[in-house]
Amino acid sequence: MYETNYHKASSAAEAADLVSNSEDGKFLGGGQTLLPTMKQRLAAPSDLVDVTGIAEMNGIREDGGGVAIGGATTHAEVAASALVKDRLPGLASLAGGIGDPAVRHMGTIGGSVSNNDPAADYPAALVALGATVVTSKREIPAEGFFTGMFETALDDDEVVVSVRFPGASASAYSKYPNPASRYAMAGVFVAKGSDGSVKVAVTGAGQDGVFRMGDMEAALASNWSADAVAGISPAADNMLSDIHGSAAYRANLVTVMAKRAVAAA
Amino acid sequence: MAVEGIGARALRKEDKRFITGKGNYTDDMVIPGMGFAAFVRSPHAHAKVKSIDSSDALKMPGVDAVLTGDQLVGDGIGNLICGWMIHSKDGTPMKMGGWRALEPEIVRHVGQAVAVVVADTQAQARDAADAVVVDYEELPAVVEAVDALKPGARQIHPEAEGNLIFDWEIGDEAATDAAFEKAAHVTRMEIRNNRLVPNPMEPRAALADYNDAEEHHTLYTTSQNPHVARLVLSAFYAVAPEHKLRVIAPDVGGGFGSKIYIYPEEMVCLWASKRIGRPVKWVSDRTEAFLTDAHGRDHQSEAELALDADNKILGLRVKTVANIGAYMSLFSSSVPTYLYATLLSGQYNIPTIHANVKTAYTNTTPVDAYRGAGRPEATYLVERMMETAAREVGLSPAEFRRKNFVKEFPHQTPVIMCYDAGNHDATLDAALKAIDYDGIGARKAESASRGKLRGIGLSCYVEACGIAPSAAVGSLGAGVGLWESAEVRVNPIGTIEVLTGSHSHGQGHETTFAQLISERFGLDTDAVSIVHGDTDKVQFGMGTYGSRSGAVGMSAIVKALDKVEAKAKKIAAHLMEASEGDIQIEGGELKVAGTDKKLSFTEVALAAYTGHNLPEGMEPGLKEGAFYDPTNFTFPSGTYICEVEIDPETGTTEIVNFVAADDFGKIINPMIVEGQVHGGLTQGIGQALLENAAYDENGQLLTASYMDYTMPRADDVPNFQLSTHETLCPGNPLGMKGCGEAGAIGSPPAVINAITDALGNNDLTMPATPQKVWALAQASAKQAAE
Repeated sequence: MYETNYHKASSAAEAADLVSNSEDGKFLGGGQTLLPTMKQRLAAPSDLVDVTGIAEMNGIREDGGGVAIGGATTHAEVAASALVKDRLPGLASLAGGIGDPAVRHMGTIGGSVSNNDPAADYPAALVALGATVVTSKREIPAEGFFTGMFETALDDDEVVVSVRFPGASASAYSKYPNPASRYAMAGVFVAKGSDGSVKVAVTGAGQDGVFRMGDMEAALASNWSADAVAGISPAADNMLSDIHGSAAYRANLVTVMAKRAVAAA
Repeated sequence: MAVEGIGARALRKEDKRFITGKGNYTDDMVIPGMGFAAFVRSPHAHAKVKSIDSSDALKMPGVDAVLTGDQLVGDGIGNLICGWMIHSKDGTPMKMGGWRALEPEIVRHVGQAVAVVVADTQAQARDAADAVVVDYEELPAVVEAVDALKPGARQIHPEAEGNLIFDWEIGDEAATDAAFEKAAHVTRMEIRNNRLVPNPMEPRAALADYNDAEEHHTLYTTSQNPHVARLVLSAFYAVAPEHKLRVIAPDVGGGFGSKIYIYPEEMVCLWASKRIGRPVKWVSDRTEAFLTDAHGRDHQSEAELALDADNKILGLRVKTVANIGAYMSLFSSSVPTYLYATLLSGQYNIPTIHANVKTAYTNTTPVDAYRGAGRPEATYLVERMMETAAREVGLSPAEFRRKNFVKEFPHQTPVIMCYDAGNHDATLDAALKAIDYDGIGARKAESASRGKLRGIGLSCYVEACGIAPSAAVGSLGAGVGLWESAEVRVNPIGTIEVLTGSHSHGQGHETTFAQLISERFGLDTDAVSIVHGDTDKVQFGMGTYGSRSGAVGMSAIVKALDKVEAKAKKIAAHLMEASEGDIQIEGGELKVAGTDKKLSFTEVALAAYTGHNLPEGMEPGLKEGAFYDPTNFTFPSGTYICEVEIDPETGTTEIVNFVAADDFGKIINPMIVEGQVHGGLTQGIGQALLENAAYDENGQLLTASYMDYTMPRADDVPNFQLSTHETLCPGNPLGMKGCGEAGAIGSPPAVINAITDALGNNDLTMPATPQKVWALAQASAKQAAE
């Protein structure tokens, strides 16, 4: 690890100031990606601004019919939240399946969505549930937030303060893990909104990160059952392909995980 | 603790230290003034080193020195060697290319070191290593051994024309060909044994300290055999003479074979410490471990099995190409030859066998012994062939094996080994019963009703441990003898130190070895300490690998105990005015049989050291040493049966049951043996389902971290059902065979046979990843539909 300066911010505004006034500053949430990357000497930020102590970025509260989750809230807190389990059981179950217990007790929702790893779990939930990302500068709808692999709409000095999820009448997430890393090789989040609209979002499989499965959404809108999506696969040429899974295998996994998510919802 | 002798499930004495963080590993050692080494490594698999510019690095803070291969060679440091000579079938010796600890001219694998930086801190050393500018001219790389042997393949070492190191054979080719002429059925397969990375929990490390006043070196390092390290460093690498070099292997966190060898880094630390005049420490990071720890396996074979009309085996013919990597590591040549092809007879009566092994250089990390070392490759080949042949001729895989079992011992195989004892029917029967083999049909139907595919697979393994009779291995090309030594030192108050040449890096020797003393003298195991891993303390030793610490290491202890016991009895008889033959040792006391006369072990020990009243002419003291050279290999054997359920939609394989029935001979501590089997099975299941060292065509290791190299985890394996069947080994005093590697040797074919049974498709290579299994399940379903 290269040397860096550590700061602990007490407000989102202070955190943003610290980052924008540093040479190459980075926000630090749970550090579950950034710190290993720094240890590998693949990242060398001049300054780390720890946002985990910021009150406005912590905790889970009711928000309309849904929930708002502070950006520095850990996966374990989301997984254990009675409110989340009640309103969005699919989201609670997703959070409970991220990484391992150590990761879940350190990693945060804001850090995860800001990193936008193409195999991370949260992006699928945000897109399928139609969440809004509240930052230190603005509010960004999830679909406009994730702009590509490891790319988001965030500016360098913009931090995720919270994520607002509207309520849903059904939600579930099913993923197939990469055998080595146990990140998602295909993770599918299905959601039926309070208004009955259906969204299906896929993580882990696509070349550009999270994407929606319009064909599945249409099929589920008229027939909410696993059978409705059994014959629908994404085009293999948009899928990631590596030593763990070819594009065709990943396309198959998207179908299978979609079936299982619908069955679980 | 307590008096816990042979057969007691004694808790491990060493665990308190390990569990509470009180272990003492190489990286825990601190010597005032020590500097830290960081290596400059090749990013290319094959390249000319045109220049190395260290001028910027030398100016960086804390940097003491940047050393290169030219300086190493200039100081007379020798090349790394392979210590086992193999001759090709035409009689020519193996073709060994030069391996320098820092390469000045041509790098031959990614991660090979070309320079070392020593600085005040580890961070400074790494920063400076990044600042060393090496100008490479890339050369084409060869990754697969079969490609390396093709005409026109890029030459890797000038010494090995066509990249061929040796073209070796064993067995009778003419007789084997004749057997195939008579065959009623021939089973043919191509069999790949995947390359693995050892991944011990503690990475390699070295701390070298040179004392210029005494011209003496001390090396703390992660070694499975510190005396062998000292011997090789002295005799071949000319780092220092043996009496000026102390090698200490303190607590070592796992080895699996990878810490047998002498590597460039440890040697460079020794040399650099003297050259720059300060202690030098290096600790491998995980990426370096992936790139430079000797890998395991990597065979490509063609095998043919000839059967007569009664389904008895007539002969076995095998052609294997083994990948040895970019350099010949210390015992690399023995692995695909004498540790592999000598086990091709398996548990079976095979009248004739012929095996040809070609070994090739490639631009990959060197390959050497890894848990099982040759025997897993042999077992995988034989047991996949047996299962496949049984299916082809329509026999139950269990009964086909039983029909061909060796039933009488000793049994001379056609490939050197003479099996001394065993009972293959007993372990097969135990395993079949434990898994309810006959009930598999109903279980398959039940799985099918849930859309799942169930399969069952056997593996009846035999392996060779306790390496080995020194004269025998010497005649086969080994550069060393493979005996073991022990010294039993009774202290004046009756506590005992056992100095052993075996080395514990997870095996629990401090417990099992103490149980021998507890058994012999009736002493509390807490009254015994086991001393190992220091060339200044222990007389000599060949170290721990090949499951030899029990059969060879403990046999040496037994021989030393015999001498101690004899002397103690003489002293006791003298003191109690009894006949030596009437002295019995029981419960920590020496008693005169048939009387109430007795002395405690402590009283006898004290008498030996006071010397006030010893038998006429007896030397004082109670300390005896012994060297034990085995008379044969030992032959652990057993049957493993794996039952899997496959989800055809995703290709996920779940091991729903795994039964292991092993014959390890005499067992000292069943709990530790079970732990060894659990670990071995898990590594074998890792090989079968998960692990693979994958290179791209340019020689870049694609699986150089845990993000891509799939280590087995607790939830990948079931609750194993273990049993043991004790057939004593006639070749050593305790009747032990060894248990350290059997799990890794026997399990991969059981897993793969189960999966191919479930899929109805035999075209499967390890690791059986979900992707591969899914593709075969799809193909089978498509075929069934047509």
